[in-house]
Amino acid sequence: MAGKRKREAGGAKKVGAVLVVGGGIGGMQASLDLANAGYKVYVVERSTAIGGRMAQLDKTFPTNDCSMCTLSPKLIEVDKHLSIDIITNAEVESLEGEPGNFQVRVSKQPRFIDLEECNGCGDCMEVCPVALPSEFEEGLADRKAVFKAYPQATPNAVAISKLNRPPCVLTCPANVNCQGYVALIAAGKFKEALDLIRERNPLPSVCGRICHHPCEAVCNRGEIDEPVAINPLKRFVADYMRVHPSEEEEEKPVIDPAKPRVAIVGAGPAGLTAARGLALLGYPVTIFEALPGAGGMLLAGVPPYRMPKDILGHDIEKILKLGIELRTNVRIGKDLSLEDLRRDGYQAIFLGVGLQRSMNLPIAGMDFEGVLWGIEFLRSVNLGKEVRIAPRVAVIGGGNTAIDAARTAARMGAEEVLLLYRRTRVEMPASFEEVEAAEAEGVTLHFLVDPVRIMGEGGKVKGIECRKMRLGEPDESGRKRPIPIEGSEFLIEAGSVIVAIGQAPDLAWAEDVGLQLTAQGTLPVDPLTLETAVKGVFAGGDIVLGPRYAIEAIAQGHEAAISINRYLRGDDLRADREKKEMEPALAPEREFERQPRAKTSKLPVRERRGNFHEVELTISEQEAVAEAKRCLNCGLCSECLQCVAACGAQAIDHYMLPEEIVLDVGAVILTPGYEPFDPRLKGGYGYGRFDNVITGMEFERILSASGPYQGHVHRPSDGQEPKKVAWIQCVGSRDVTVGRDYCSSVCCMYATKEAIMAIDHVPGLEATIFYNDIRAHGKGFEYYYESAKNNYGVRYRRGIISTITEDPKTKNLRLRYLADNGRIKEEKFNLVVLSTGLVPSPGTKELAERLEIGLDRFGFAATGSFLPNRSSQPGIYAAGVFEKPMDIPETVMGASSAAALAMEELADVRGTMVVEKQYPPERDVKDEEPRVGVFVCRCGTNIARVVDVPSVAEYSKTLPNVVYAEENIYTCSTDTQARIINAIKEHGVNRVVVASCTPRTHEPLFQDTLREAGLNKYLFEMANIRDQCSWVHATHPQEATEKAKDLVRMAAANAALLEPLERQRISIRKRALVIGGGLAGMTAALSFAEQGFEVSLVEREVELGGNMRHIHYALSGQDPQAFLQELIGKVMAHPSIQVITNAEVVDHEGIQGNFSTGVMIAPAMTYRRVEHGVAVLATGGEEYKPTEYLYGQHPRVITQMELEGRIARGELDPKELGRVVMIQCVGARTKERPSCSRICCAIAIKNALKLKELVPDLDIHVLYRDIRTYGLLEQYYTRARGQGVSFTRYLPERRPKVQGADERVTIKVWDDALRRNLIIEADLLVLSAAIIPGENEELAAMFKVQRTLEGAYLEVHMKLRPVDFAREGLYMCGLAHAPKLMDETISQAQAAVARAATLLAKDEIEVGGVVARVDSELCAACLICVRACPYAVPVICQDGYSVIDPAKCQGCGNCAAECPQRAIQLQHYRDVQLIAKVTALAQEQMNAI
Amino acid sequence: MRRSYPANVKLIRVPCTGRVDEVHFLKAFEQGIDGVYVAGCLEGECHFLRGNLRAKKRVGHVKRILTALGINPERLQMYNLSAAMGGRFVEIAQEMTEKVRALGPSPVKTGQGREFIEEQGEGKKR
Repeated sequence: MAGKRKREAGGAKKVGAVLVVGGGIGGMQASLDLANAGYKVYVVERSTAIGGRMAQLDKTFPTNDCSMCTLSPKLIEVDKHLSIDIITNAEVESLEGEPGNFQVRVSKQPRFIDLEECNGCGDCMEVCPVALPSEFEEGLADRKAVFKAYPQATPNAVAISKLNRPPCVLTCPANVNCQGYVALIAAGKFKEALDLIRERNPLPSVCGRICHHPCEAVCNRGEIDEPVAINPLKRFVADYMRVHPSEEEEEKPVIDPAKPRVAIVGAGPAGLTAARGLALLGYPVTIFEALPGAGGMLLAGVPPYRMPKDILGHDIEKILKLGIELRTNVRIGKDLSLEDLRRDGYQAIFLGVGLQRSMNLPIAGMDFEGVLWGIEFLRSVNLGKEVRIAPRVAVIGGGNTAIDAARTAARMGAEEVLLLYRRTRVEMPASFEEVEAAEAEGVTLHFLVDPVRIMGEGGKVKGIECRKMRLGEPDESGRKRPIPIEGSEFLIEAGSVIVAIGQAPDLAWAEDVGLQLTAQGTLPVDPLTLETAVKGVFAGGDIVLGPRYAIEAIAQGHEAAISINRYLRGDDLRADREKKEMEPALAPEREFERQPRAKTSKLPVRERRGNFHEVELTISEQEAVAEAKRCLNCGLCSECLQCVAACGAQAIDHYMLPEEIVLDVGAVILTPGYEPFDPRLKGGYGYGRFDNVITGMEFERILSASGPYQGHVHRPSDGQEPKKVAWIQCVGSRDVTVGRDYCSSVCCMYATKEAIMAIDHVPGLEATIFYNDIRAHGKGFEYYYESAKNNYGVRYRRGIISTITEDPKTKNLRLRYLADNGRIKEEKFNLVVLSTGLVPSPGTKELAERLEIGLDRFGFAATGSFLPNRSSQPGIYAAGVFEKPMDIPETVMGASSAAALAMEELADVRGTMVVEKQYPPERDVKDEEPRVGVFVCRCGTNIARVVDVPSVAEYSKTLPNVVYAEENIYTCSTDTQARIINAIKEHGVNRVVVASCTPRTHEPLFQDTLREAGLNKYLFEMANIRDQCSWVHATHPQEATEKAKDLVRMAAANAALLEPLERQRISIRKRALVIGGGLAGMTAALSFAEQGFEVSLVEREVELGGNMRHIHYALSGQDPQAFLQELIGKVMAHPSIQVITNAEVVDHEGIQGNFSTGVMIAPAMTYRRVEHGVAVLATGGEEYKPTEYLYGQHPRVITQMELEGRIARGELDPKELGRVVMIQCVGARTKERPSCSRICCAIAIKNALKLKELVPDLDIHVLYRDIRTYGLLEQYYTRARGQGVSFTRYLPERRPKVQGADERVTIKVWDDALRRNLIIEADLLVLSAAIIPGENEELAAMFKVQRTLEGAYLEVHMKLRPVDFAREGLYMCGLAHAPKLMDETISQAQAAVARAATLLAKDEIEVGGVVARVDSELCAACLICVRACPYAVPVICQDGYSVIDPAKCQGCGNCAAECPQRAIQLQHYRDVQLIAKVTALAQEQMNAI
Repeated sequence: MRRSYPANVKLIRVPCTGRVDEVHFLKAFEQGIDGVYVAGCLEGECHFLRGNLRAKKRVGHVKRILTALGINPERLQMYNLSAAMGGRFVEIAQEMTEKVRALGPSPVKTGQGREFIEEQGEGKKR
C-alpha cells in the first residue's frame, strides 16, 4: 500500500488529505472548508446519505428558514466537489500512524447499487413491493426496501436495505424466495410473484397444495400471532395465473442442439427440475418415464382430491414447453439400459427414479386375494385402472401413503375404513392435517395395534390377527418404541387389507451397471454433487433421500442441474458449493398489530364421498393480498429482483459484498452527531403506548411540507388537526435518573419554533410549553422567545410534567401540573410533543474505542479546556454534538474550527492531493451561427412514462437553429456525456439544450461537459421537463408532452442568443488582517500563522489580551492567566505575525482577495498600510456598566467582573462577608437590550463556587429569571445547588428592589414559588451585567459590514455562515459577534481562519460570469443603478458613466431592470433573451388562433 | 411533492424578480399571452434585499398601462412565496389559471378591441 511505502521511505511524510467521519452539517462544513482550502477530503458516513439531522428538520430557529432549503445547496456543493469523496454505508475500523500520516481502514457495507451508474431516478422504488418504516420520517411514513433516504439525498442514488435472509427462505429445502413472492402478492403483482417462485420451484401449483411447508413453521410472524399462510399464498398465485394467463414474457425455449444431450430418468419432481434447469442452459434434454405420464409420485401417488391431475399437468406443461422431450412408457433397465442411453449420445444421465414399490410386511398371509400394497394401490387408482375393494377396508401404516390409501378407499365406496398403526397419534409420520381430514371423512384410527398375520378364507382375505402394543423407551428415530403385549391377540375383520408401511426402490438392474444400493435401499451419491459411483451419472430425489417431500426432490433437481452443467463443461463440480450456515433474520424490532391468519376453506365432508373432488380450496384474491401484508419482511429487501428489471441504468447488484478501504490521511475530524433521546426510557410519558405522544423530531417531520402529512398538522391517532398541543421540555436532559444530567442546549428553542410553526399551520392552535428554565441563550434567541409569547400567544408554563395519562376514547392526553394558585391542575391536550434531548449517536463509543480517544461520562468527546475541537489524540479533531450538545451554528463553527486545526497540522502539504481538472482551450464561437443541440431525457421512466419523449425529440429538430436532437435514457449518465461531447464535435453544435430535470442539481454537471468539449459553460440551457411536466402533470400526458415541447422551444430560442461569458481572474494577496488583540484575535492570528499565512494583528490598546486579562479563574479549574500569557508569548514570537498595538484602523478599501487597510499608530501617529486578502474582525465586547440597583452609588454594589478581580487581587476578603446576593440579567433581556448575554449565569455560578471554596458556609443568594447553564455547564449549576447556593427566581415585571444602608444593602424580591416577598440583607450585591459589543460603529461603516440593532456584527446567515460577513473576504469572531465562553471564542476564531483560508489558499479567484455590464455609450450617469444595487457596487467613474465591478456584482439584475436607458444588461439574462423566451412561448398560442 | 397544477403554467427563470423589467411583461401581452404572474420571495426575505419589492412596484405600473390599453389588469399578478411553499405554489397556479380562464383569451389575440374599461377614467372622458 502506498501509505506503508511512504512511511518506510520518508518517515513521517505528511499527507494532504483529511478524513471526516460523519456527513451531517458539521462534517459537510469541515469537508467544504478543507476541500476549498486545498485538501483532499474523504467523508465517511454510516448511513446511505449525507445531510444528517439537519435534513430532517422543518424550519430552523431563530429565522424560521426552511432547513432543507438552506442545506440543499451545501449538499450539492459537497457532492460536486472534485476534492471530496463521499463514502457511504461505511465505518472507520481502525487507525494507525501518527498526526500528519494516518492509515485508516474503513469498512463499507454493500449498498447493492453502483453509485457510478445510479441516477437516483427512483424507478426501482416504484416497483419495490417491500414497505419499511422510513427512518427519515421517524417511522411516520413508509419507504421501500430500495430507497433514497430523502428526495435531496446525497449522493443522489438509491440504496437497498438488506439483512440476513429470512427464516422461511433459509428453511425451504429449495430456498424458494418466500418473502419475495409474498411481498409481490401483497403488492398485487401476481405474475411477478409466480415468476419468482418458478425460479426455484418449477411446480408451484403442485407445491401450493401438497408441500409440507417448513417455511411456515419458522415464520417469525408466528411469534406475534400465527405464521403467514405462505403455502396457501403460493397456491393462490399459481391458481390465479392459471386462470389469468399472461401472454407476455412466457419463457421461450433456448435449446442449443449443438450442446451435449442429457438424459433424465424419471419424470418426478427431481427429474423435472433438473430437466428445466438444464433446458434453460440450452442443453437438449430427454426425460424417460416408465409410466404413461409425467409427474412421478405426484402423478401416481398423490390422490386427485389433494391435487387434481389437470393442475399437475399444467405445471408440467410449462416445464416441457422449454423444449424438453418426454418419452413415456420407457422403463430404463428393462426397455433401455444406461449403456443404450450413452450410445444414443446422452453424455450425462440423471436418475430420479423414486421409490416405486411398497415395503414388504414380513407376516403370514400376504398372498391372500384382497391384500393390496399402498403405493401400487394408489398408482392403480390414480392411473385409472380398475381396483376392487371390499366394503370393509383395513389400512396398515401411519404415514402419508397410509392416509392417502385410507381416504382413497373411503372415496371408492368402502363402507368402513380402518387404519391400524402400531404407535399412537403423536408418533404418526403423516401430517396432522391429513390425519384430521381422514378422521373427518370417517376413517377409524386404531392405535397401538400390530398385525401378526393376515387371515384368509378360500384364498381371500377375511381379516387381520393383531396384537396390542405399548410404548417403551424411545428408539433411534426418537419415537417411543412399540412393545408387544403378550397374549393380547385379537382379530380385526376386513375384506381388503392395504399395506402401506414404507417405500422401496425398484432398481433390480442397478448393481449390473455398478450402482450399489445402501442397506436402506437408497442410491449413494456425493452429497454435494449428487454424482453416483458411475461417472456422468447423477441421482436425486427419493432414490437418494428415501421417501421425502416433493420440495426436497426439487432442491436436488437444482443441484443436479448445476452438477451436470459443470460436468459437461469440464468445470470443477465442487467449487464454491459448500452450503454456508446462515443466521436467519430475526423479526423486526417494532410493534405489530395482531391480525389472524387467513383461513382456507374446505369442501364439506358430506360432499367428499364417492368422488375425488379437491378438498382444500384456494383463498380469494382479497384474502391473499391481506394475508401477504401480514409478512414482517424480516430480511428487509425480499430479493424479488423487481428493481433489477426496472432499472434502466443497470445499477443494481444484489450480490455486492462488503468492502474494506484503506485511506492515507494527515488528520481526522470526527462529527458523528447525535440521536434524539429515546423517550421510552421515561415510561411515565407513555411514548410508544399513547399514539398522540410524539417526539420533537417526529413533530418536525409532521410540520415539514415534504413530510408524512405534506405539512398538514395531523395527530397520529386519527389524523385530526390538534387544537391544543403541549410540549414537555427536558425529556432526557437535566435528568440524573437517566444519566443525562446535562442540558441539551437546543430543546427550548426548537420547542418554541415548533410551537410557532404549529400556530402558523393551524390558526387558533393553543400551544403550551412546560419547562424548567427557558434557555434562549443564543444570538437572537431571546427576541424569538419573546416573539413566540407576545406575537403568537405561545403559553410557557414553568414546571415539568412527570406523567401523562390517556383518555382511551378520545386519545386525548391528560397532564397534571401545579397551577398559579398552588393547586394541582389537570389539563387535556390533543397532542403532546416531548422535547427529547441530544444523545451521542449509536456507535460513537465503539468508534472512540477504536480510535483510542477519550469520552466524558455522557459519551461526548473529551476535549480540554482552552482546547476546543481537539480530541485526546493529536491529529484527531472533534466537532458538533459529538463534542457537547449544541445548535447548528455552533456545530458549523466547531467544524470550521476543526478544519482549521487540521490545516495547521497539514500546512506544508496543502494542495498536494487535490487535482484540478484540466479543460481543453475554449473554442471561439463568436463568428459561428448558433447551432443548437437538444438532448431530451427519459429519466428512466420518470419523464418518459408521462411525456412522449420521442415526439419531443423529433419536435426539437424542427425548431430554428436546432441542428441536432436526440433522446436519452438518462442524459446525466456518463455515456450520454460522451454523446454530448461527440455531438459538439461531429455536428458543430455550439449551444446545448438539455431537457431533463432541474438546473439546481444538474446544471453544473452539463456545464462541465461543455467545458470538456471546449465550449464556454454559459452556452448551455436547461428545460425542466421532469419537475415541471411529468411530475406535476402525471395524469395529463398529452398536456405534459405539449408543455415539454413549449419548454424546449423556449430553451432553444434562448440558447441561440447565449453568449460565452468571461470570468476574470484576480490574484489574491496572501496576508490576513486581524483587528482586535484579545483572545479571539490572537487565536485567529496564531492559526493563520500556523497555517503558513502572513498576518497583521492590530490592537487598539497598548498590550494584547483584551477582556481575558480580567478573567482569573475558570469553571474547569484551568488558569486563564497562564494560558493568556502563553498565548501572548506565542503570538509575539511568531515570525509570521506582525503585531501592531496602540493602533486604530483609519481607512479601508478593496474587494475580497485585494483589500488595503490603513492603520494609525500612537503615540507617534504613524500611518501604515496593510495590503491583505482577508480580514477577521475581532473587536471584542465589554461588560455593561449598570445604572440600576444602586450601582455606582453604593460601594457594596459591584459587577461580577469586579468581584472576580477583587478576589483575584486579594482586595476582598470573603471571610468578612456574611451574605452575598447576585442579581442576574442586569442590562440584559430588557426592552432596550433584548438579548440574553448567554454566559452571565455561568459566571455567577463560577463566582459563587469560588466564594464557597474560600468560605464554605457563606450565604449566597442568586436572583435569576432563568438559569441558562446550557450544555455541560449544567453540572456546575447542580454543584452550586449542592453546595448550598440558593437560587430564587424573580419575575421580570417584579424586578428586585435594592436599598442601601452604610455597610449593607437590602434586597426585596418577590419569590414566585413561595408567593411572597423576600427581604434579604446582604454585605455584597453582585450584578451580573450584560456583555455588550465594544465600540465598532466606525469600523463597521469603514468595512461596510452590517450590525444588529444592539451593535453586534451580523453574520450573513445565522445558521450556516456564522462567521462570514455578507461582504466576501471578511470574517468575525469573539464577543463582537455575540457573548460567548472562552472555549467558544477560541473555536469561533479558528473557524473564521478556516473560512478565510478557503480564499487565501487560492492563488487567484474567478469573478464575473452572470454579472451586470454597463454600456458606457448609453449610460447617462443618472445614479438610478447606484441606488438600486443592494450592495452599492455601481459607481460613476471620472468619465461620467456607471461602472460595475464584476468582482463585487452578485448578479441579481435589479440595476438592469431599473436602468431607464437600458444601458445595463445582466449577462445570461439579457432583455433580448428573456423576450425571446416569452416570444417562443407565445408562438404556439398565436399559431393556435 | 410532485403536486399537480395546471399545465398551462410555464416558468421563466430569473435570478431575482427584481430582474424582471416592465418591457418583459408588455412583450408577453403583445405576443398574445393571456396572463402573467411573478412569483417572488416573501416580502422582507429577498436575498437581494428589495428585489421583490421593486418587482411589485413594476407589476403595479404595468397594470396601469394594461388598463390604459384596455387589457384587464387582473391578467398580471404578483405573488410572494418561499421555496418551501409547494402547496401555495399549486394554489397560485390554480387561482391564476381560473382567473385568466374566466377572462377568456387575451384581446390582443382575439383582436376584439378593449376588454376592460377603467370606469372612472373612461367616465371622465365621456
